Amino acid sequence: MIAFLARRLLQIIPTLILVSVIIFLLQQLLPGDPATVLAGEERDPEVIAQIRQQYRLDQPLPVQYVYWIKGVLSGNLGESMRLKEPVARLVAQKFPVTLQLALMAIVISLSIGVTAGVVSAIYKNTAIDYTVNLLALWGISTPNFWLGILLISLFSVQLGWLPASGYVSPFEDFWLSLKTTIMPAFVLGNSFAAVLMRHTRSAMLQAMAADYVRTARAKGLSERVVVIKHAMRNALTPVVTLGALELGTLLSGAVLTEQVFSIPGFGKLIVDSVFNRDYAVVQGVTLVTATTYILLNLFADVAYVLINPRLRG
Amino acid sequence: MTALETPHSEIDDTSDTPTRRAWRRLRRRKSAMLGLVIVAALVAVALLAPWIAPFDPAKQSYTMVRKAPSALNWFGTDESGRDLFSRVVFGARASLLAGLVSIAIALGLGMPIGLLSAYRGGWTDTIVSRITDAMLAVPFLILAIALAAFLGPSLSNAMIAIGVTSMPIFIRLTRGQVMAVKVEDYVEAARAVGNPAYRIAFRHILPNIMPALLVQATLSIAMAIIAEASLSFLGLGQQPPAPSWGSMLNSAQRFLTQAPWMAIYPGLAIFLTVLSFNLLGDGLRDALDPKER
Repeated sequence: MIAFLARRLLQIIPTLILVSVIIFLLQQLLPGDPATVLAGEERDPEVIAQIRQQYRLDQPLPVQYVYWIKGVLSGNLGESMRLKEPVARLVAQKFPVTLQLALMAIVISLSIGVTAGVVSAIYKNTAIDYTVNLLALWGISTPNFWLGILLISLFSVQLGWLPASGYVSPFEDFWLSLKTTIMPAFVLGNSFAAVLMRHTRSAMLQAMAADYVRTARAKGLSERVVVIKHAMRNALTPVVTLGALELGTLLSGAVLTEQVFSIPGFGKLIVDSVFNRDYAVVQGVTLVTATTYILLNLFADVAYVLINPRLRG
Repeated sequence: MTALETPHSEIDDTSDTPTRRAWRRLRRRKSAMLGLVIVAALVAVALLAPWIAPFDPAKQSYTMVRKAPSALNWFGTDESGRDLFSRVVFGARASLLAGLVSIAIALGLGMPIGLLSAYRGGWTDTIVSRITDAMLAVPFLILAIALAAFLGPSLSNAMIAIGVTSMPIFIRLTRGQVMAVKVEDYVEAARAVGNPAYRIAFRHILPNIMPALLVQATLSIAMAIIAEASLSFLGLGQQPPAPSWGSMLNSAQRFLTQAPWMAIYPGLAIFLTVLSFNLLGDGLRDALDPKER
């Protein structure tokens, strides 16, 4: 187990380095002189000169990269041109908001997706199965920002039950926080639920056809016990990994969801930075998101080994 | 893996070409055919937009601001008095173009790189695989947003951003498929009789990995269309006043109280388009990969 962990940790190092190189190279795409573009609205030659020196833009690319990554490793992601604040501080401020949203979305999509998947596998080729499959198809094909707009239109504009936008921290007011985040979390979890449902359904179908399930039935166990104790426990293992691989989609989805509901999280930060040409923030947020995603995948791999005794060794 | 390897699985059509056999299997799937029909209809709408749309999609009218759907304006009008039906019809162009072009970029770059990587092996393969891993490690839309941000907002840059971001999937898929096919007897045989590498790649390997690539491309078009709509919703895609479904939803959001219809039809159009490509892709997968059934 320790050897596996060590190997897996070593594996992510080259990936992390390459990700940082790709994100660093993004600024090479800027048309013209990066220093002028990075200075934004200010055309002050002094500012431009300062930026050129700060980012060492007069030095060769590999040297620039080394200086940049040195900063990143010591927690310095650069400074926001617009907000005049360190990017690291902005990230630390916004991260919990997106995390709350993502966690709620995961809870929602797991409860809907896994339940629906199991139910449709049990009632294979019946009206229930078809309905669930249709719902999954709807979930996968609906752009989440449209769903968000439709829900705001219904629950906020027409019925007035929930606030259309804004965010309150759960540490300030738990119920109000729940009210402001329940709709965005559902929107965010919607397509994830559909993906989970499809995975769960096929894994369950496979498990239900397996020999150990037939044995369990032959022993005279009730269908309930067969499904829950035998089939489900085995079927859900691959779902965990497949689910973790979809977490990136969730992080992507947060960008749009936060935009629709005006939630001051990560996604809103990156979009606002894009429009204010605050490139250091764009790079910083992309880097942090990618790192988070890589680490989540690592955890998923480890969890997979932990719950699957055959892989332990 | 492919229909070619199991020529005797269906006795009645042993004399058929694999393409014809796959087409027959596809035809039997109602949902796939529904997808195909909708895709064809959408392509027709995009091509014939000037003849289908009753109004100029960019024509503003200050006497017609935010009118509800009526016999004259089927989908109502927007905040500048433009006819929404005409804009949805013309919006099909941006969406389908973005879907096709960005996946063409992804496939056009990804397939040769994957082929080279699997065929060459060694260092080439290691480097390509690591870069692919790294690109897949950045969430899709976030990488696309970052790319589009640095390239500057426009429809063509959005297509480049989505294309480049989708490329690693095709590299990985091509590489995996080539690895599997490379060791097959017929490839060994082709090599043994002295065929040059490029000939083996194009004549013997490529046709066998095409089905998997085709399925992935179809499903990726669905994803690319959502991505384009997302980018233009954020203001990073098609620039106004040119119509695109994503940016129409963006302006609709500001008028939910006064003009809720503005939010309905562009979203339905995206949903229908994405759904049809998903249906077609799922059907193709079932038709081209008999073992997966």
